[in-house]
Amino acid sequence: MTLVRNPILWAALAFGLVVLAMSTFYIVPEGKQAIVLRLGKPERIVNAYKPNMPFGVSGAGLVAKVPFIENVIFVDKRILDLDMEAQTVLSTDQLRLVVDAFARFRITDPLRMLQTVGTETNAADALKRILTSRLRNELGKQRFAAMLSPERGQMMDDIQTSVNRQAQQYGAEIVDVRIKRADLPTGTPLESAFQRMRSARQQEAITIRAQGQKQAQLVRAEADAEAARTYAESFGKDPAFFAFYRSMQSYRTTFTDATSTIIMSPNNEFLKEFEGNRSNR
Amino acid sequence: MPWTNNNDRGPNDKGPSDRGPWGSDGGDDDAGGSGNRGGNGGGSGGKSPWGDGPPRRTPTPRPSGNRDFDDIIRRGQEKLRSSLPGGGGGGGGGNFGGGLEALGGKGALWAAIAIIAGWLVFSSFYRVNPQERGVVLRFGRYVETTEPGLHFKLPFPVDSVTLRKVEQINSIDIGAVDGNAENLMITGDQNIITLAYAVRWKIRNPEQFLFALANPEQTVREVAESAMRAEIGLATLTDAIGPQRAQIAEQVRERMSETLDSYKSGVDILGVDIRQADPPSAVDDAFKDVSAAQQDAQQYLNQSRAYAQQLLAAAQGATAAFDAVYAQYRLAPEVTRKRMYLETMESVLSKVDKTVIEPGSVNTYLPLQEIKKRAPAAAASQ
Repeated sequence: MTLVRNPILWAALAFGLVVLAMSTFYIVPEGKQAIVLRLGKPERIVNAYKPNMPFGVSGAGLVAKVPFIENVIFVDKRILDLDMEAQTVLSTDQLRLVVDAFARFRITDPLRMLQTVGTETNAADALKRILTSRLRNELGKQRFAAMLSPERGQMMDDIQTSVNRQAQQYGAEIVDVRIKRADLPTGTPLESAFQRMRSARQQEAITIRAQGQKQAQLVRAEADAEAARTYAESFGKDPAFFAFYRSMQSYRTTFTDATSTIIMSPNNEFLKEFEGNRSNR
Repeated sequence: MPWTNNNDRGPNDKGPSDRGPWGSDGGDDDAGGSGNRGGNGGGSGGKSPWGDGPPRRTPTPRPSGNRDFDDIIRRGQEKLRSSLPGGGGGGGGGNFGGGLEALGGKGALWAAIAIIAGWLVFSSFYRVNPQERGVVLRFGRYVETTEPGLHFKLPFPVDSVTLRKVEQINSIDIGAVDGNAENLMITGDQNIITLAYAVRWKIRNPEQFLFALANPEQTVREVAESAMRAEIGLATLTDAIGPQRAQIAEQVRERMSETLDSYKSGVDILGVDIRQADPPSAVDDAFKDVSAAQQDAQQYLNQSRAYAQQLLAAAQGATAAFDAVYAQYRLAPEVTRKRMYLETMESVLSKVDKTVIEPGSVNTYLPLQEIKKRAPAAAASQ
C-alpha cells in the first residue's frame, strides 16, 4: 500500500513511460525519408522517395519502431541544390568562356547514400566534382557559338544521363543540369569583344550615313530629271519662241543695276526707228 | 461542444479520482467547477491561485460544499481503489494522496485542467486569411490543404498548420538597374548586353511548394537566370535590345514554367519583365553614334526632298508662265514678240548708261576712265 502511494515511484514510472514512448514513436516529416537501423543494421526505409507519389500517402507521419534497439536516420526527400563554381572552358576554336552551372538532385536511395557518402552534403560534393569535370569535357568539345546556348543541342541531356549513371552509385539522381551564366573572362577577351562591338557599330554608322547620302542624291537627281522633263515638255512646243522669251527674261535679270554701260550700234533693232522712215532697211 | 469532451478526456487521463466531483454535481459542469473552486479557496486560506475568487461569491455554502466534496472524493477514491486495482486506480490515489495534504494541490490540478482545456480549444482552431492556404500536417504527414476561413484541426501535438500566401505575387530582381555592377550577357551573335529583369511568381500549390524543393526561392532565381541566358544566347544583339524584348521575356517565362513544373515545385511564373537591355557602357558611345548616323541620314534625305520640292515647284511655275504667254503669242506672234522685245529693252535700257555709236562714221574710244570712276562709287554706295 505504501509502495502504491509513493508519488516518487509514480513519477519515475511516468517518466519511464514517456521515455519508452519517445523511443518507440518518431515523426517522419513529409520532406524527409527515414532509415531505420536495428543495432546498426539497416532494417527498412520509411517515406522513401517514389516518383509521382502524392503527398500524404507515402508513409510520413507518426511511425513506431522497436524501442532502444532501433534508431532512425533522416535523409532529405526534396530536390536539393547543387551550385557549381564558375569554371573557364576552352572551346574547340580556342575561345574562353566562364561557365557557371547548377544542378538539382534528389536522394533516391537513402541507404546507398548513407553507406557511400554518409550525408546529403557529402553526396552533393561528390556529384559536384563529377558534374564539373563532365561539363568541362562536354563543353570543351563544342565550338564557341554552340557553348553560348548548349540547350540548342542534346548536350545538356547527354551530360545529365551520363552523370546520372555515376550518381546512382551514391543513391542520388540528377533531376536537371543547367548553365546559369556563360560569360567572357574579364580582361583581354572582354575588352576585345567590346572593341569588336565598337568597330561593328562604327561600320554601321558609316554605312547608314553613306546610305543616307546616296538616297539624298537619288532624290535630287530624280527631281532634276523631273524638272528637265517638265521644262522640255513645255518649252519644246516652240523652241524659237522659247529662246526669245527666255532671253527677254534674262535681260531683265541681268541688267538690273546702274553700273552697266551699254554701247549700242544704231543698227540695233531697238534703235532702228531712230533713223526715221528710211524705207525698208 | 469540444469543451465537455476535452474535460471528460482530461480527467480520465490524469486519474479516475476526479470523477467524484463531476458525478456529484449531477452533470452540471459550470456549477461543479465554480463550487469546487470556491471550496478550495475557502479551505486553503488563499494558498491556491484561485484565492481571489471567494470574496466575490457568497461564502456560507462553501465550507459544507467543500466538506461534501472531500467526503465524496474520499469515498470515490476508496471505491475506485477497490474496484480498480493496480496501475490506474493506484495512480489516482497516489496523486491525490499528495493533494489531500494541502488542498491547494487540488486547485492546481483544476487550474492545470482548465489551462489545458483552454489551450486545446485554442490549438484546435485556426484561421486561414483570404490570401493564404493552410497546409495541415498530422505528425508531419500531409493531410489536406484548406481554403480561407476558420477551420478545425486536432490539437497541437497532433496537427500543425503551415500557412502560405498563395495569392501574393513575389518578385525577384535580377541584375541591378541603378547599381554600377553590370549584368553582362552574351547574345547569340557574340555581342554583349547588360540586362536587368524581374520575375513575378506565386505559389500555385502550397504542399508542393513546401515539400518538393529544398530552396524554392533560390531555385526560381537560378532557373530564371538559366532560362534568360538560354534565350539571349539564341537571340541576336538587335533582337535583344530592340522590340523583340517582349517576345524574349515571354519565351523565358515559358521556359521557366516548363523547368519548374518538371521539378513539381508548385510555383507559377506570372511574368518576366525585362527592365533594361542595353549595350554595355563601354561601347555605349559607338551605339549612340549609330543612332546619330540614322538621324544624319534622315536629315540628308529631308534636305534632298526639300530641294526636289523647290526645284519642281520652280519648274512648274516657269513652265506654267511660259505656257500662258505662249498661248497668247500664238494668237498674234509678230506683235506679241515685238511688244515683249520693246518692253524688255525699255526696262533694261532705262536703268543703264547708254552710248550709241554709228559704226564706220565716227572713231571713238570707250570711256574707260569714266567706267572705272563709276565702279568704286557704286561699290561704296552698296
